[in-house]
Order: sequence, then C-alpha cells, then structure tokens
Amino acid sequence: MIYFDNASSTKTDDLVIEEMVEFAKNYYAIPSSIFSHTLGITVADKIEEARSYIGTYLGGKSNEIIFTASGTEANNLAIKGFAYANRKKGNHLITSTIEHISVLESFKRLKEEGFEITYVPVDNTGKIDLDFLREAIRDSTILVSIQLANQEVGTLQDIKKIADIVKEKGKILHVDASIAVPYVKVDLSQTPIDLLTISPHKFYGPKGIGILYKREDVKLSKLIDGGYNEFNLRGGHENTWAIIGTRKAFEVFKDTDVERIKQLKHYLIERIESDIPDVTLNGNRLDSLPHIVNFTFKFIEGESISLRLDFEGIAVTTGSACYSKNLQASHVLLAMGKTHEDAHGSIRFSLSKYNTKEEIDFTIEKLKEIVSDLRRISPLLGGA
Amino acid sequence: MPIPYTKVVIEHFKNPHNVGVIEDADVKVTEGSPACGDMITLYLKIDPKTNRVVDVKFQSYGCASNIATASIITDLVKGKTLEEAKKITWKDAAEALGGLPSIKVHCSVLAADALHSAVELYYEKNGLLKEKTPTTLEKVFERLSHVINPETGIDIVKSKLIDSISIDNGSITIILNLNENSQFSENIKEEIKERLQYLWDISEVKIIFNN
Repeated sequence: MIYFDNASSTKTDDLVIEEMVEFAKNYYAIPSSIFSHTLGITVADKIEEARSYIGTYLGGKSNEIIFTASGTEANNLAIKGFAYANRKKGNHLITSTIEHISVLESFKRLKEEGFEITYVPVDNTGKIDLDFLREAIRDSTILVSIQLANQEVGTLQDIKKIADIVKEKGKILHVDASIAVPYVKVDLSQTPIDLLTISPHKFYGPKGIGILYKREDVKLSKLIDGGYNEFNLRGGHENTWAIIGTRKAFEVFKDTDVERIKQLKHYLIERIESDIPDVTLNGNRLDSLPHIVNFTFKFIEGESISLRLDFEGIAVTTGSACYSKNLQASHVLLAMGKTHEDAHGSIRFSLSKYNTKEEIDFTIEKLKEIVSDLRRISPLLGGA
Repeated sequence: MPIPYTKVVIEHFKNPHNVGVIEDADVKVTEGSPACGDMITLYLKIDPKTNRVVDVKFQSYGCASNIATASIITDLVKGKTLEEAKKITWKDAAEALGGLPSIKVHCSVLAADALHSAVELYYEKNGLLKEKTPTTLEKVFERLSHVINPETGIDIVKSKLIDSISIDNGSITIILNLNENSQFSENIKEEIKERLQYLWDISEVKIIFNN
C-alpha cells in the first residue's frame, strides 16, 4: 500500500516498537510503586529518564513534561485545565478559526460554561491575522491558543511573533504543535511558549500517548481525577511502554529524513500542477510543513477521488464532509475563504520518511485517470 | 471492516451506467448543491406516443453513493412509462444496490428526487397533469429552493437571493437581490424559468434584477 495519510498517523518506527516490546516484557511494574519494590523504582527511573530527555530536547525541564493519553487530551488539559485554574483572573480566551477539533471543542465547552471566546481569522493561505490578535487581547484575556502548523493544509504560523504579541500583553500562550514538532524545531528556552501539545504517533512514535509541555509556573486544574500521577495533574497510571517508545521516536527522528520528505513534497506539488489541469494548492506555498500537501481538484468531489485512489492501493484523506455525519466541508478550508465546492474537492497528501519518488509517480498516473473519469461525469463542467 | 459499500455500489461507482448529456433531451433537471457536496443533472428522452423513457443520462458531482444511486436509477427507469418512473424511490435504488450505509442517505436521495422532478416537469411541459391545482407562492418557493446559486453553492431561497415574488393573472414576477451583471445572473434566470414556465396556469415568468 502507498500510504499518504501520515498527518493522521504514521507507521511506527521498528526501533520504537522493539524498544517498547523489550520494555513491556521486562518492566511491567507501574512507576507509582516506588515505595513498594525495586521493579517499580526501576520503571520510575526509566520514565524519569525519558521525561528528562524529552524536556531537554524541547529546551525545557524534566518537571515541565506531562504525559497524557493523546494530543487531544493534552489540548483539553492545556485549555480547560488553564481556564478552570485561572478563572478568577479573567474570563476571556482567544484561539483561531482553523485549530484542530480538540481545541475548538474545548473552547466550545468553555463558552457553554460562561467564558468569552474570540476567534482570530486567517488569510486565504491559512496565516492568522496578527493585527487582529493584538487588538483582541484585553485585560480580561487569560489565554491565547494558536497552533504551530495546520493539520490539513500545513501552513506554519509565525509562532515567534505570536509569542511576542502575547507576552507584550503579559498573557499565557498555548501552542498546539501536534502536527508540527519535531518536523519544526521548537526551542522553549528561546521562545516564550507556556503550554505546548505534542503527539508522538505523528512522527513514528506510539499511539495512545500525548505530551503537554507546561512551563513550571503555569497553574492548571486536573481534568481526570484519580491518583497523584503526573505532578498531580492527571490521574491514571502512565502508559509506560508508550513513554519509552516516545523517547525512542525523538531519538531516531532525523533532520535528513525531513529534507528528503521536503524534496518529495515539492516533487508531488510540481507533478500535480504540471500533469493535472484545474487544480489549486491549498495553504501557504512557502511557509508550510515539509510533509503536507493539500490540493483542490476542481469540479469533482473529494470522497470519490479518495475512494478511487484507495482501489489503487493509495491512502489519502479528503476535506469533504462526505466522510462525516455533518454536511459541512472542512472548517479549515472554509475559514481560509475557499468555496464549498473547493473544500469538497480537496485531497490531503501527507508524506513520511517511508514514502518514495516511485510512489508519487504511480500516484500521479492513477490520479490523472481518476480526475479525468470523474470530471467526465461532472455537471459542473456543463457536460464537457 | 470492509469499505461500507456493497460490491454492486462499488461496481456502479467505478463504471457508472448512462453517464453523459442528451443534447435534445425532453426534460433536464438538476438537483442538489455543491455546498452539500452532491449534485445530479438528469436528462430524459421520452417517446410521446407511449410516454416511455427511451433514453436517460446523468451527470454527477458527488461521492460514491451518489454516483452509484444515479447509475442504478437510470438503469431502473429505462423503458419504463412515466407513471412507473414516478414510483421509483430511493429505497428501490438502495435495494437494487444491495443496501447503502444509513449516513449516506443524504447523498443518495438526489437521484430519486431528480427523477421525480423530471417527470413532473415533463407532465407540465406537455399538458399531461391530471390534477391542476392553482400555483401558489408556496409552490413557487418550493420550486426555487431547487435552484442553486453557484456563488454560494446554496439554493437561492436559503441564500436570500429572492427579494419578492408575486403571482398575478398567470404571470409570476420575481425580484432578485442580484446584479444583472453578475457572472451567474443568466444561469440563475434560465433555471428559474425552466422550473416555473411550464406550470399549467402560468403564461409568463418575469425576473427582475435588483441591481
């Protein structure tokens, strides 16, 4: 199979799997058992080593790394946890219109609970309006949450400028970097980000784990009651194998792979633009993640394209709503000012280190046939 | 878990039957909207002596379910009388396809809707209506809710393109909140006329652009 859905999830690296299997076989105790037995202490030590490694990797400290069960949970803990713990300081929160659903749904919940939310708009490439953001921050604002890169079109935000604006006003910044880190390097010792979400299964790590970086002086309320795990911020035993696997995923992540993926991405864009008429690249051509490509194929609908590609053994996703119970097309593309037709006809190709140029060549050949077949029957072309 | 479509759906999706345009169609109807991700244009050629469908073609902008339903409906309707065609439902199509996922209903009803609209329009065009009820504002609004505004992908009623409608002595006057120079004004005008001009008690459809 040719897998171009790496923005959804990546193939786990074999080295990560080996490390996890080895750990699972031998270190099955939980880290909370440190006052009971040696195996528990050993596991706790290994978890702390992983925490310290990841903290250092990000330019932060060990005690600033909180392991959760997913990126979604990390976003929930950052946003709702912060809002609940800091309610007395103000009730206004800011985010953007193109965030991941776990961010948007967290804000929706907070709105229902009486918080005021401002959504910063984006331009037609998915870049947020910095002037709007600056103007939107009020005295009562307590939190700004803006993604580092977009999950559907790959557009990168200028996070340094965003952080400067938020800090000028003395506010707290959460950054959802689920799709971006470590493809994009973030040095938390240099960039004043207070909360940062990371999702290891997006870079060849295990599923079932997320990371929330929390600057040590930031206060959060815990959302999952239970034990005193993770600095008393999240009840529930740590997913120990996945933590060990996550450390390995950071260790084996190579910048040389990123360079190669970037070249593949440019090749894919060039081939689509040269071989298929009436296509539009969605997102920001220059300032974008190295592995995400999103195109609209005019006059036809995304699910039909993706299903036909699947018959050829090629996995992609669509920004069309036909996959969901809701008829609304991708909120990201609509927020970028795309028409409904353009949003419905969009396909996301997301690459990984396992993809090859040959796979792209094969995909282009199939895509040409599929797009031409579907356009032949489209009423939007007036019978052409 | 396999793809939630039957083999018959997949076959019709991959190789749809009766695709294309009938240039001299007796009736042509478009249903759906690009905003919802699904749209169908259906063409019928009718033998006026027998009232049978002698040719049918369709075009689809939509998902697998939409394409497959349209394809099977065109198979089902071929050779049928208009009275028989009127009775073909979305459920008949779904049954012939071996079933459709329930979440796909919205993508699939369009083909049946288009067929029913086409038959009704043909009856109107040819004075074959059995029951001649007077045209009401409600009926006009219902018809116009099938006309899509290409700019928004939403029908012209919902996208508030209609300023006012009046019916007077066989004449319908529609004032549209649209500039006559708009790139879609001519398309919209034609489609409105197509939907209304054959109503049995209507002799004139006037469209005024509220520039």
